[in-house]
Amino acid sequence: MNALRRHRELSRIWASDRGWRRPFTTVNHSDLGRMFMLAAFFFFGVGGILAMMIRAQLATPHSAFMEAEVYNQIFTMHGTVMMFLFAIPLFEGLAVYLLPKMLGTRDLAFPRLTAYGFWCYVFGGTMLLLSLLAGVAPDGGWFMYPPLSSTLGSPGINPDFWLLGITFVEISAMAAAVELTVSILKIRAPGMSLDRMPIFAWYALVTSLMILTGFPPLILGSILLELERAFGLPFFQADLGGDSLLWQHLFWLFGHPEVYIIFLPAAGVISTILPVMARTPLLGYSWVVAGAVALGFLSFGLWVHHMFTTGIPHLGLALFSAASTLVAVPTAIQVFAWIGTLWKGRPEMHMPMLWIVAFFATFVIGGLTGVMVAIVPFNWQAHDTTFIVAHLHYVLVGGFVFPMLAALYYWLPQVGGRKRFFKLGKTAFWLIFLGFHGTFLLLHWSGLMGQRRRIPTYDAGSGWELINLASSISAFVMAIGFALVVIDIATNLLVSVRGSRNPWGAASLEWAMPTPPPSYNFASLPLIHGRDPLWSDPKIGVAIAKGEGFLGAPRGNQREILTVSTARGTPEAMVILPGNTALPVVMSAVTGLFFAGFLFKLYWLPPIAVVLVAALALKWAWSLGHRADQGPQPVGRDTTLPLAAERPGAPAWWGSVFLLLANATLFGSLLFGYAFLWTIAPGWPPPRYLDWMPLLPLLVLAGAGLASPAIRLAERRAAPHVGLGVAAVGQMLLLASALWLLAAAPDPTGHAYGATVAVIAGYAALHAALALLLTGYCLARLRSGFVSQARCTEIRIARLWIDYAGFVGIVAMAACLAPGLLQ
Amino acid sequence: MLLVGCAEDLSTLHPAGPVAAAVADLWWGMLVGGTIIFVFVMALLAAAFRRGGHGRDGERVWLAGLGLAFPLTVLAALLVWGLMLGERFLVAGKPEATRVQAEARQWAWTFRYPGTDRAPTEDVLFIPAGQPVEIEITSVDVIHSFWVPRLAGKLDAIPGRTNILGLQADSAGEYRGLGAEFSGIGYLGHSFTLRALDPADWTTFLAGDTP
Repeated sequence: MNALRRHRELSRIWASDRGWRRPFTTVNHSDLGRMFMLAAFFFFGVGGILAMMIRAQLATPHSAFMEAEVYNQIFTMHGTVMMFLFAIPLFEGLAVYLLPKMLGTRDLAFPRLTAYGFWCYVFGGTMLLLSLLAGVAPDGGWFMYPPLSSTLGSPGINPDFWLLGITFVEISAMAAAVELTVSILKIRAPGMSLDRMPIFAWYALVTSLMILTGFPPLILGSILLELERAFGLPFFQADLGGDSLLWQHLFWLFGHPEVYIIFLPAAGVISTILPVMARTPLLGYSWVVAGAVALGFLSFGLWVHHMFTTGIPHLGLALFSAASTLVAVPTAIQVFAWIGTLWKGRPEMHMPMLWIVAFFATFVIGGLTGVMVAIVPFNWQAHDTTFIVAHLHYVLVGGFVFPMLAALYYWLPQVGGRKRFFKLGKTAFWLIFLGFHGTFLLLHWSGLMGQRRRIPTYDAGSGWELINLASSISAFVMAIGFALVVIDIATNLLVSVRGSRNPWGAASLEWAMPTPPPSYNFASLPLIHGRDPLWSDPKIGVAIAKGEGFLGAPRGNQREILTVSTARGTPEAMVILPGNTALPVVMSAVTGLFFAGFLFKLYWLPPIAVVLVAALALKWAWSLGHRADQGPQPVGRDTTLPLAAERPGAPAWWGSVFLLLANATLFGSLLFGYAFLWTIAPGWPPPRYLDWMPLLPLLVLAGAGLASPAIRLAERRAAPHVGLGVAAVGQMLLLASALWLLAAAPDPTGHAYGATVAVIAGYAALHAALALLLTGYCLARLRSGFVSQARCTEIRIARLWIDYAGFVGIVAMAACLAPGLLQ
Repeated sequence: MLLVGCAEDLSTLHPAGPVAAAVADLWWGMLVGGTIIFVFVMALLAAAFRRGGHGRDGERVWLAGLGLAFPLTVLAALLVWGLMLGERFLVAGKPEATRVQAEARQWAWTFRYPGTDRAPTEDVLFIPAGQPVEIEITSVDVIHSFWVPRLAGKLDAIPGRTNILGLQADSAGEYRGLGAEFSGIGYLGHSFTLRALDPADWTTFLAGDTP
């Protein structure tokens, strides 16, 4: 088979649908990555317009442009849109688009999940946008502190849009995080061991793991606050045993890692681009990886520095102050690794490099002011003033937007396959760079002069007038700069001449394919020998096209990729990916019904939506698999490998492992909240604790004790039907015990104790029901012949969920009964 | 807003008491230090473009030296300074301190003077000048924050909790105070006045007259 025929065959197999159906049925990572990024840029435009409205309002004292009512919606939505609808999705889009190409493979592990996440993002974002257009947007600040955001401070629908819309959007973050983690660990080119991975993949891995552990506290907080608003469960009401500080802990437990979730991908972009611009490998690869990992860990230890003014005990302040300054160390390691790389190479000042220089000049200031606000006494003065506004924009614009502009100019020739033609970019650069510093540098000063954040206007004679006027003018200069970037990119994509394949002389694999990239990325999967494949073998692209790598012989309609061993990158198995389908968009629309039901208080709708989602999920899973063992498959280069579904450790199994990691973090956050209320909230103890229920532990232990061994029996195929049947009985016992606990809970609207017990019991019931559903699914698959000694991935996955449901059942029971016992 | 103040009356850099003065000193120190570090890093960056590539690695200097040892030293020093300052302010329960209570609501303040017969005051807080004062801060509705920029940093007013802030006004006079946590529609006007009184005026005030 020659290169051209191979190209035609692979294009036919991997192509998305044509015409209007394409965006709705595509599961291709290049398509979805581009759609993600386009949507993110759209929301950046929305957030930018809101920013311009804020600066127009603050340009002069006593502005009559907006009332406080409107202004509060505008600044709340500016922060919300930029954080949740721009920054995180842009990372997801960039990673979805780039990673398979950098890792030398054809797609991500779960293509339909990518699409589902994308649609959840679009639908959730649209919900928030509609609230803005209808004039009922959230107006309590992007941090949504209760009681202001609860029914006491905001009886209207505004906060519900935030809580439900953002949670809907978070589904896409969780989906992308699971997807990226599994793909980076399992779906790479053969020979690409972990220490040969492109540095961006390391950053994406750390970021994804942080999303999996950082977002659950926010999701939990949103659920609890929505339960308080909708049904009066008083988690955050001090007079009923709740505590408004619980929200702050949950929110910042997410909110601080969030900052690094935004910064790390940008740092990954810099670590990728800067060495190419300096024509030398990155200095201290392992130091940089260690720095990124350390940032990931440390960032979970500093959330309290957003709460220094809440009256935290002194020792706590000292500890969190130390942790907050310490986080500067891994950042410094990366910054000096980059400057050191420039010193050892011969840097060239192309557009991407220009933006990286802007990053240095801006982010270093943001980092330094960050250390300042980590010092507690200073924080008490600077907190909630425009000093913080300036600081956070230096960090987020300097540390995310500028590197993303570098990325845009760097990868544009890869995405569009064209040369840069019009030279508007440099003008745009200076407008944005100077406009940015003009907008924010002096706001540090007005903050120290006493200008609070979030005030809709101010008096003449306050001493801030000149600063604010200069800031507003500069902000509009910056906006013009961004408009020029849009024009620059659009003309470039539409009218430029075709460019060469690897214009920057880069080392990573995304440049070893034709541009714009074909739907299948690589005609064959290359065997990797080092960290910089294109520098050690500039002709690798030709070898790939000639089919000299793995999977160079397309067969039938199968979309084939390989999985590798996590550490060493030895090929392990072949995966056949699903093709184009509208299932993801339909399923996310139905998921949207669930949220819409809560939003409009149509409480009959969510249960229907749950049943429909479950049905669609079963259809989703049912479509994969075989009714007979397929055995070893030829994968080229005289190698045969089994199908991933026919050996342990399939991608789907890993997907469940990481989903459970996120799920367990949510459960852990719930237990943390419970312990926090029990020990710290003012209104405890409650009127009555649960009495000891002697039968309940027996029931729970019997359920877990039956189900876990039984599913192992089924997995070993000693007696699969019996094993699954007994496991189902065990789940029913667990479900019954959880429902019993729920019924026995004291009035959930009367005190936070009863409310928390109800949520914990509900969580346990949900997981018992889920495990029961999975067990039933496995039985049906077994009866239909999809399960055999070799093909038992589904039972392995069920085992994970059954074990987890047992664990949750035991912990939930112990947690709910403990206060009564210890009394 | 009733008060149209002068340019400096909300400035943390125009302190009128020992607590705010110490923080202002801390700021000036950090500004100088931060500027030096910024210029140093930018000079290193600029130098990279000036000189032709040496091809030398120097991994130890860049990473162990500049990346690790340098920030650790600077941060340790700064942290000790910050903690010592914080320690000085946080010593609550000074026997000689005057105790007053501040209760925030949307969008007003009530101040009480426990242990005296003095009736509560609305939106004006009276304290004795020249001596330490401790303010017990709480809220009856949403979260607010108590802030008199020229005297001390903020402390939040949280429903169901009481936080204690120590401050001192060196001389008698009026100081502007703000609610400094976003609290909804009326946030802009959520301000108050702090009046520090001479000993004689303070006695008069406690006796029930407003000097």
